[in-house]
Amino acid sequence: MAVNEKILGEKYLQKFPGGELILSKSEDLFKWAKGSSLWPLTFGLSCCAIEMMATGASKFDIDRFGAGVFRSSPRQCDVMIVAGTICVKMGECMKKLYAQMPEPKYVIAMGNCAIGGGIFYHDTYSVIQGTEKLGIPVDVYVTGCPPRPEGLLHGIIKLQEKIRQVQQGKEGQKGVAGKDGSSGTDKNS
Amino acid sequence: MDLQELTKILNERFPGVLGEENKTAVVIKKESLLEVARFLREDDCAFENLHCVTAVDRRDKMELVYHLYSFKLKFMLTLKIYLASDDLAVETLSGIWKSANWLEREVYDLFGIKFLNHPDMRRILNPEEWTDYPLRKDFDRPDFIRLPQTEGLKAGG
Amino acid sequence: MPMTNFDIKNIDPEKEDNLSFEELIVNMGPQHPSTHGVLYLELTLDGEVVLDCRPHIGYLHRSCEKIAENRTYVQFIPFTDRLDYLASMNNNLGYVLTVEKLLNLQVNERAQYIRVIIAELNRVASHLISAGTLAQDLGAYATPLFYCFRDREKIVELFDTLCGSRLTYNYMRIGGVKNDLPPGADTSIKSFIKYEREKLKEYDDLLTYNAIFLSRTKKVGILKKEVAINYSITGPNLRASGVPWDLRKEEPYLVYDRFNFDVPVGEAGDAWDRFKVRLEEIEQSFRIIEQALGGIPEGNPTVKINKVYKPAAGEVYLRTENPKGELGFYIVSDGTTKPYRNKIRSPSFSNLAVLPELVRGVNISDAVCVLGSLDIVMGEIDR
Repeated sequence: MAVNEKILGEKYLQKFPGGELILSKSEDLFKWAKGSSLWPLTFGLSCCAIEMMATGASKFDIDRFGAGVFRSSPRQCDVMIVAGTICVKMGECMKKLYAQMPEPKYVIAMGNCAIGGGIFYHDTYSVIQGTEKLGIPVDVYVTGCPPRPEGLLHGIIKLQEKIRQVQQGKEGQKGVAGKDGSSGTDKNS
Repeated sequence: MDLQELTKILNERFPGVLGEENKTAVVIKKESLLEVARFLREDDCAFENLHCVTAVDRRDKMELVYHLYSFKLKFMLTLKIYLASDDLAVETLSGIWKSANWLEREVYDLFGIKFLNHPDMRRILNPEEWTDYPLRKDFDRPDFIRLPQTEGLKAGG
Repeated sequence: MPMTNFDIKNIDPEKEDNLSFEELIVNMGPQHPSTHGVLYLELTLDGEVVLDCRPHIGYLHRSCEKIAENRTYVQFIPFTDRLDYLASMNNNLGYVLTVEKLLNLQVNERAQYIRVIIAELNRVASHLISAGTLAQDLGAYATPLFYCFRDREKIVELFDTLCGSRLTYNYMRIGGVKNDLPPGADTSIKSFIKYEREKLKEYDDLLTYNAIFLSRTKKVGILKKEVAINYSITGPNLRASGVPWDLRKEEPYLVYDRFNFDVPVGEAGDAWDRFKVRLEEIEQSFRIIEQALGGIPEGNPTVKINKVYKPAAGEVYLRTENPKGELGFYIVSDGTTKPYRNKIRSPSFSNLAVLPELVRGVNISDAVCVLGSLDIVMGEIDR
């Protein structure tokens, strides 16, 4: 999930006094930019999709967080908001869509059904009990059935915080997210 | 119009075709389904609307239920056919009512009842490569998790 | 034909031997930017003209009917919310009416009036979304949709104060409703009706009589009366084709026979008629709500929470008029606390079956318009 992004002239900047400061500030700038312009994929499956649409509408306005540009093609998206129940037939399509998204990509599991099957966990022969069962790693879980639009906005804010925490190019250190997708601990909170 | 009158009309027109009578439904033999259906649609009763087709698994036999509605009489007729477990095939009604097309596909998908001469006999809700019929009472699979029964569930007064 | 043999200067597109025609099969869905859900349409195209359309459903099949066999009657009410998630109250209503008929239960008058008011408010919300999403599908990208969502937010806030939820209410109970109307509910409902009546005039100016909207939807997807009845189409789609059939008038349930309202009927059966019928139904719903608020009796509409129902062995099939059509529940009881079989006859399932007939020979853009005007919800089709 985390990608080594090389900043132009990194080697030379490191040698100059104050060069490290410029590098870390520009990393912060890129992370801020990435988090503030998340383009979601229109992946509304069932009831949570209506709350996702309501979040995009004028009262809750997801656009003020930068995530208002919903795109239908996965090639143009950053984040896949899985809103709704995942059924057996749709699971294969979902894996294809996730694979088609370019890195860095994030997944928000919205609603109880996307997290772990929801009320359709028992007695069902056709529901996949959660996004993780498909092998798709999830970044933020937004609980609720359906979650309120404020809940989804909180999830977007959490994702932005998570993006800002990830330090590029410095894996293996304590408190830093690694290339294997394991999340780091936030020392400040 | 109520159920008794309709049963009488059907008995006059198709003697010997009706099986045992229920209070809520008319039971017919499966061989006479097409004639009865055509009669119901084209006669004065004008059952123009095939509202619902479904099945109930009675463990030793399968019950196929049709709900027919007549706008003229404002009457909903429940037509039933009992099928033996080893002979789950019946004629399709999609030539008479087009709504039967998808409704019968769903019954095939969930119960395994085949409809002969159907224009498109495929599964509709489940993936096409599946081989089991989920809504049968003896359906079981390793990943089918049942809701655990809670104790203390007593019927209230 | 290999490109090297082409004499570019002398191509005559009128002559057929210079061109090759092929039918193209295009997959529309299951993930596509239409807000109708996960529907997969396999279109066979000749250029832009649709030759054949095969809908594939089942991408949201959540096995509700199998789940129902292992839940008590009360435990199944939240599942009915998730069928047609735009009109959850109406689904709840259909289910509890069926179970009450099975139990031969009488319901308090105040509960019946409250049920009528709530069901009609939810009908308004559902029709608003269908109008907004149809406009979005036609290319008016966000404005009508945002207006409709803005108005729907007001209804959803009313429901929020009533039962605590915005989309899946779980409000109707067997024998009554979950809780009484909060104080001040009738003033807020009346002020909403006053506000929305102004907005409906705006929508007429913005959409209904807009030249572009008219040219996109008039004479598109004409559904004839006989075809509609044969396919068992119900609801506004049937009424737009000229059949004046509304279950609230013909076989009234609850207290609908006490109210005066009209049934809007279309003439041509095209997409515009279906859109117009839905907007006019909003006005008729307002009339019903106002009459119900004026005549609501006193009483206690709630029921005891921890009742477990055990109906006698038998079966019942009951339909109610949902915003999308006639929702039917066929419940077979074997005398225990759980139903033996619970079949949900959803209106959108039958309404979608007519789509291949309507889109044969039209452009893809008209096919999108037809699909939008049929107003389907996948949660109810796949159950």
